[in-house]
Amino acid sequence: MIPADVKLDTLGYFCPMPIILTSKKIKELASGQVLEVASDDEGIKKDMPAWCETTGHEWVGLEEEPGGEKTIYKAYVKKA
Amino acid sequence: MNATQIEPTTALAELQEKKPDSVTIVCLSGDMDKAMAAFIIATGAAAMGMKVTMFFTFWGLNIIRKPESTSSAKDWMRRAFGWINKGGANNLPLSRFHFGGLGSSMMKTVMKNNRMPGIAELLETAQDLGVKLIACTTTLGMLGIPKDSLIDGVDELAGVSTYLAEARHGSVNLFI
Repeated sequence: MIPADVKLDTLGYFCPMPIILTSKKIKELASGQVLEVASDDEGIKKDMPAWCETTGHEWVGLEEEPGGEKTIYKAYVKKA
Repeated sequence: MNATQIEPTTALAELQEKKPDSVTIVCLSGDMDKAMAAFIIATGAAAMGMKVTMFFTFWGLNIIRKPESTSSAKDWMRRAFGWINKGGANNLPLSRFHFGGLGSSMMKTVMKNNRMPGIAELLETAQDLGVKLIACTTTLGMLGIPKDSLIDGVDELAGVSTYLAEARHGSVNLFI
């Protein structure tokens, strides 16, 4: 369990919405705070680390919660 | 030995650092599916902090036209074009399986049910994220599309030089 300061729910949204919503939400955080992004789009596993690499924010890690029909992915990003 | 000589690897690293992270997309197609690909790339890139310029030309201009706008041309040929070539981000046909509008409305329903943003919403998101929209003056003139029939927020009306001036600095250049 990775502790997060702010949580963002993007469940049900497909690419590129989770990344767009993340880029908007991260602006509300202070430097060093951790954002948790919940998504059921599997693409986030690769997309969020790539987004971090490009934007300079720190990739903390990913947690998977197997649900009924869909797995919920929780991506953690630390604001630079 | 020359004292000012720079290591090739250092020079390359410096060059890469100076290269701005920018994306330019030429939108020639006015098909819904192709416009969707263009906007997903544009909004994704903007969300990654890249500078994005979209250059709309030919049928692509329909994406940034107000719905149902027609031609202002005086000659009958361009007027006729205006009548059959409807604009509007929500009126774009599918490149395949359009079936006179049935296919595209089915696609819109599928997208809505899956919480996928439509072209109009993607366009709005792109504008929110600061994507620069440029309309090609040559095709505006040729197809007889009046400037005031374009949506609000089109940043520039320009030609090929403006596109190339942007594109030559870009690391990603796409033609859709």
